[in-house]
Parts: sequence; C-alpha cells; structure tokens
Amino acid sequence: MIIASNVSKKFGKLAALDNVSVTCNKGECIALIGPNGSGKTTLIKSILGMVVCNSGFITFNGKNILHDWQYRAHIGYMPQIGRYPDNMTIGQMLSMMKDIRDQKNLVLDEDLVVQFKLNELLNKRMRTLSGGTRQKVSAALAFLFNPDVLILDEPTAGLDPVAAEILKEKIITEKLKGKLVLVTSHILSELDELVTQVIYMQDGSLKFHKSIEELRKDTGQEKLSKAIASVMVKING
Amino acid sequence: MKKIIKYVMIDILRNKIMLAYTLFLLLISLSVFNLEDNSAKGLLSLLNIILIIVPLVSILFSAIYVYNSAEFLELLVSQPLKRKTIWLSMFTGLAGSLALAFFVGAGIPILLYEATATGFMMLGTGLLLSVIFVAIAMLAAVKTRDKAKGIGVAILLWLYFSLLFDGLVLFLLFQFADYPMEKFMVAVSAFNPIDLSRILILLKMDISALMGYTGAIFKNFFGTQAGVWLSFFVLAMWIVIPSWLSLRKFNRKDL
Repeated sequence: MIIASNVSKKFGKLAALDNVSVTCNKGECIALIGPNGSGKTTLIKSILGMVVCNSGFITFNGKNILHDWQYRAHIGYMPQIGRYPDNMTIGQMLSMMKDIRDQKNLVLDEDLVVQFKLNELLNKRMRTLSGGTRQKVSAALAFLFNPDVLILDEPTAGLDPVAAEILKEKIITEKLKGKLVLVTSHILSELDELVTQVIYMQDGSLKFHKSIEELRKDTGQEKLSKAIASVMVKING
Repeated sequence: MKKIIKYVMIDILRNKIMLAYTLFLLLISLSVFNLEDNSAKGLLSLLNIILIIVPLVSILFSAIYVYNSAEFLELLVSQPLKRKTIWLSMFTGLAGSLALAFFVGAGIPILLYEATATGFMMLGTGLLLSVIFVAIAMLAAVKTRDKAKGIGVAILLWLYFSLLFDGLVLFLLFQFADYPMEKFMVAVSAFNPIDLSRILILLKMDISALMGYTGAIFKNFFGTQAGVWLSFFVLAMWIVIPSWLSLRKFNRKDL
C-alpha cells in the first residue's frame, strides 16, 4: 500500500533519512522503533508529504505522492505534538476538519470523541487545553474519517492510563478491520499486543524490517522490549 | 479553496488589531477632511499618512499572522489539500481583510468627501498597496524560518520602500546632476510601489508644476492613458511576482 524506495532526506549536513526503503501492506500493524533522532518522525512526515525528500520516492497505492494530494484523504495522522490554532475551540476544530474533508458517502467514526468525552469540552479553546486533552483531540481527529491508513506518532504519550487503554482498544479494532496502522512508541510493552511487524531505525537508516514472530525466533525473547534490547546491544555492540 | 479562505477571514476579522486599524484610519480620514475647508487639501494630507501607514500595517500584520499560523498550516498540509490551495487561500484571506479594512477606514470617507478622479485614484492605489505588501510579507515569512528574524526583515523592507529608496534616488540624482536623468527617473519609480502610487496620485492633483522639469516629464508619461495603465500593470506585477515566488518556496518547504 505504501512503498518507499531509497528515500533520503538531509537537514543541512544531518542525514535524517539515509536510503530508506520500506513496504507496508494492508492489515499490518507496524511498529517504528528506534532511539531519539533516528528519523522515525521524518519518515512519517515524508509519507504525509510534509517533508519533501531529497532523493528516492514514495508511492501510495501505486501512485507517486510527489505531486499528488488526494491520497491524504485515506490517511489519519496523529502527530507527536498536536499543534492547533490557539483561538479555535474544540467544536470549531472538529467542524472545520469535517468541512475540509467533506466527501461523498463518508461515514464518520466518532467513537473516540464520545469515549474521550470531548463532547463536553466543545467550547474550550485549544490554547487552554492540557497536553493530554490535546492528544485526545489529535487521536479523535485521526480516527474521525475512517481512513484506510492510520499513522500514529507516539499516540499514548501524555495520555492517562484509562485514555491510553481506550486508544489501544481502538487501534486493535481498526487493525482487525484490515487497516494499515503505523505506530511509533518508546513504550515497547504496550506495543506487544498491537503490532505484527517491527521496523527498527537508527541514525536515519533502516536496520531491519521483520514480522514479530521472526523477531521472537531470532532473539529467543518472548517480550518485544527484551527482544529489541537484545537487538540494540547486538547492533551497537 | 473557499472553505479555507472562510476560516482564515473569520479568524482575521475577529482580531482586535484589525478593528483598531480600521477605526484608526477612519478617525484620521474623517478628521483630516473636517479640518480643511477645501477637501482637496484634506486629500493631500491624507495621502502622506496613507502612504506610510497602509504599507506598514499590511506588511507587519501579515508577517506576524503567517508566523502565528504555523500550526494551522502544518495541520492543513497533513490533510488532503493542495499546498497551492492552502497558500493562496492564506494570501486571499489576508489581502481581502486588509483591503476591506482600508476600504471601510479610508475608502468610505474619501467617497463621501472627495468622490473625484483623484479620490478614486487614491482609493485604488491604497487597495493595491494593501495587497502588494501582503504579498511581500508572505515572501519574507516563507523565506525565513525564525519568527523574530522574519518580522525584522518585514520592518526593514518597509523602511526600504518608504524611506531608504527615496534617499538612494536622491543620492543618485545629486551624483549625476550633470546628466539628463528625467527619463531614467520614470523607470526607477517602477521599482518602488509606494513611489509609483505617490506619483500617480500627485499627478492627478495637478500640482506637478511644483516639481520642475522632472514633473513635466512625469506628467508627459503618467498623465497619459497609456502611462496610467502601464503603472497599474507594474503595481499588479508587484502582487504577482512576490506571491509566485513565495508559492514556489512554500511548495517545497519542510513543515
């Protein structure tokens, strides 16, 4: 569904992405793992077209994304730090997004809006929201339009345990519907029950892309956190 | 495109600075027209105020607004929207609101007190200047990532167009006083939209006789129908070229 071929991106001298090639298919739940500054967010942003890569190309459903924009209608994106116009209220924000992404026979998925009780906060301005509430709005917006692909950058950071659990349940439901889910997180224990594949990145390059069973077999570890730890030791050792 | 223009416009028109700017212009133009018995004289006083204030407010407000909308732009870019649509909507929203503020604040008093050819010329150039400086501000804002630096660049650009440019022209004039510079001066005025607007309005006021021989040359060129059309074409280019450059830059910008 999403194919990146030899994607490179430089910020000045720093190579944020170095010749990265990935293939992501429907029904997979892929964890993007790597230390801080390893290029996870840059990869996500290049898939979304927010960062324009220096070389290589990315295709979405077989079409190059470079001069395309309609493909983003199939993506729900939850950024690492949700930044929204300060003066808008949550209600205005939701109605604006609905207005912008207005399509024929679009079924809205308001599960998260209801479960996070955002309906009670519709008149609150974005400026006054706490980090956690902001994350809830981001999550609700990512799932709102029933997209085929969900890209979640650190989804549970800043959420309270109850909300994090709700979000995890939601991700599992959507995965079972056959959607592609790309998720980054540093809390590996919570990825255990979600992911089917693991991509490990370091210093802008892709170290491996394996299914979770393969990873467990290779490292002999049952838990993802232990498996990744042993891989990290091997790579850096 | 219409949808985003709507959200940008609603956001700007709710802004208190915009309201203050409109009221300020209204106050100045009403008091200027009421101070003088002869409203043509009032127009002349208004001219100098407008040529300073309108570019300053347009360029500063737009630059600050673009920087403050960084989050909004980031959000929109991740949605199924063309970058061109986003940027041009932003431009249309800003230019529309600033032009509206100028029309309400200065345009209506001009139409009430001095609905002559000169008045219309002033209204037209004022509206064009508002839009031109929005385009220049957006170019400055998209070229510089740092907010403080970008606003500084905007202020410098305003200073250049309203003061430094004239100084440079005077310097050149005195250095080359022995040569015939009149035709050259006509060409130079195309490089500064504020000067071009000033010349257009002054020539309509029939006080070009005060400007000596250069005034006569100006009158010869700008006084004709073709000269006026050409000047408006140049002013339009001052909108088109900066916005085209900024759009090209925005299309490749990493957010």
